[in-house]
Amino acid sequence: MTALVLIETEQGTVRQASRSAISAASRFGDVDVILFGDNAENAAKLANVRKVLHVTNLPHLLAEPAAALLATLAENYTHIVSAVSANSKNILPRLAGLLDVQPLTDVIEIKNDDTFVRPIYAGNALATVQSSDRIKVLTVRGSSFDPVAAEGGNAPVETLGAPGGYDKSHFVKVEFSHSDRPELEVARVIISGGKGVKDAGNFQKLLEPIADKLNAAIGASRAAVDAGFAPNEMQVGQTGKVVAPELYIAVGLSGALQHLAGIKDSRVIVAINIDPDAPIFKVADYGIVGDLFDILPALEKAL
Amino acid sequence: MTMKVLVPVKRVVDYNIKPRVAADGRGVETQGVKMSMNPFDEIALEEAIRLREKGHASSVVVVSIGPQAAQDTLRTAMAMGADQAILVRTDAALEPLAVANLLKVIVERENPGLVSMGKQAIDDDMNATGQILAAKLGWPQATFASQVKIHDGKAEVSREVDGGIEVVNVSLPAVITADLRLNEPRYASLPNIMKARKKPLETLDAESLGVDLTPRLKVVNVSEPPERQAGVIVETVDELVHKLKTEAKVL
Ligand SMILES: Cc1cc2nc3c(=O)[nH]c(=O)nc-3n(C[C@H](O)[C@H](O)[C@H](O)COP(=O)(O)OP(=O)(O)OC[C@H]3O[C@@H](n4cnc5c(N)ncnc54)[C@H](O)[C@@H]3O)c2cc1C
Ligand SMILES: Nc1ncnc2c1ncn2[C@@H]1O[C@H](COP(=O)(O)O)[C@@H](O)[C@H]1O
Repeated sequence: MTALVLIETEQGTVRQASRSAISAASRFGDVDVILFGDNAENAAKLANVRKVLHVTNLPHLLAEPAAALLATLAENYTHIVSAVSANSKNILPRLAGLLDVQPLTDVIEIKNDDTFVRPIYAGNALATVQSSDRIKVLTVRGSSFDPVAAEGGNAPVETLGAPGGYDKSHFVKVEFSHSDRPELEVARVIISGGKGVKDAGNFQKLLEPIADKLNAAIGASRAAVDAGFAPNEMQVGQTGKVVAPELYIAVGLSGALQHLAGIKDSRVIVAINIDPDAPIFKVADYGIVGDLFDILPALEKAL
Repeated sequence: MTMKVLVPVKRVVDYNIKPRVAADGRGVETQGVKMSMNPFDEIALEEAIRLREKGHASSVVVVSIGPQAAQDTLRTAMAMGADQAILVRTDAALEPLAVANLLKVIVERENPGLVSMGKQAIDDDMNATGQILAAKLGWPQATFASQVKIHDGKAEVSREVDGGIEVVNVSLPAVITADLRLNEPRYASLPNIMKARKKPLETLDAESLGVDLTPRLKVVNVSEPPERQAGVIVETVDELVHKLKTEAKVL
């Protein structure tokens, strides 16, 4: 059994979630990794990697050529794996379509080579499913698997080219919202704001100083993103990012099912809400009932 | 250019309902539970209707694969503004691969210039059908769309990606999957609900379309996730910080 893991980098460094995907895939046997775009030096240093496939001519990771390339490699592997990300969710199901197999999204536990556990219904149920496909295509949740070490390996790098002729889709541009904060998926502490924070200015004024003190990532509810308080990539929940920090501080957000789906695996949840009946208190380890406009400045001082 | 837009819509447990795992561990209780159109499909449908209203599309066809009761979902879709509907009837819970294979047959029959669909069904949370369908058709795809602009036989689509927003340009025909912020779906007005009853709804049998519907995934079991217990309410910020330091040891 050999697995191929699609890995991604963030400013040249292999993402922690990708390292978790490698450790998950190691359960199946040898692991090769494939990296699009970036320089492959850091990938070669990863632990548990047999070989690095480096694709140099597809920096923007368009799904059509990426999936076509993966399909040509697929027959050498029993499992094709990636950490859940916007790119993997775009590419791997397309690959599964080319291979005529049923992909598995968001795997949180690997029982054996063909049996996997994944959440359904926004995490309100866990399904254990057994795949009969000859090649298993799956995305795994980074926070559910311990990452392999970033250093210590010395894998050979093989350069590959993506196939040409995919002229029906073009990359136009990307607007990244730059941030020096840790990524939501790997942050040790997260402070998230909801509709109760009332506007983008308050998001900055009230949440950022606390995030600075705790080296925390900042998250948001869907309602806060819809209202323009925070950019879309900050959304936490069923259809946003799924997080599992040591400490999750939920501020002025009610705790809708879809939001809870993204935070259930946090070790400690703190809720700050003016409404004592807000559902967020049902999952919070510590709650304060009160006005966030008083509580946040006090919290910042107390830290 | 005018074209037909095909919108696949799924009937799912309403998003406000907290699902309960069925006693037999085979799935989630759906008996007597409120069912609705998958929220992402409402958004995909709204986008299709707007494209027709702007003159980019000539008609909007909705298709649902599911039991007879999925007719209700299709009637709702026509009350929102779809012109006609197709029910591909099956009592089996089909996987995205089988759904995509059935949709491919419908696409080949209807010849749409665009398939506008949801990024994810909120029951199986697979986020796969649109990408599989695009692969099967050999069409370009633009997933997780937050904005769609049609011009010169192309769609310029803004996509919600991890670090921000990416813009891609795809030639039509293409598959576009809708994310939450693409639009706000309209409500069906009473007169439109009445009108929708007269719109054409065709029923096909899933078994009759020559597609292999055998599941690739066997459900071993479905279980409840571990529940989180409610903790304590603290009175002051100082008490909170103290507990986070000494009890929870996270600060
Ligand atoms: C298909 C679908 C997918 C979805 N996916 C997601 C998702 O991924 N993530 C997500 O978050 N949501 C998601 N949602 C939306 C979700 O259902 C809720 O609508 C949303 O989470 C509510 O956001 P909120 O808690 O910020 O707002 P609200 O529910 O309006 O809550 C605001 C809270 O702020 C409190 N408050 C107000 N003022 C103050 C104050 N001064 N001090 C303290 N507290 C105050 C109120 O008591 C209230 O509890 C999804 C919905 C659908 C249909
Ligand atoms: N049974 C179905 N009938 C019609 N459309 C479906 C069906 N299942 C999935 N879809 C479409 O595929 C999208 C993604 O679903 P999924 O891949 O299951 O998360 C949905 O938002 C629908 O647009």
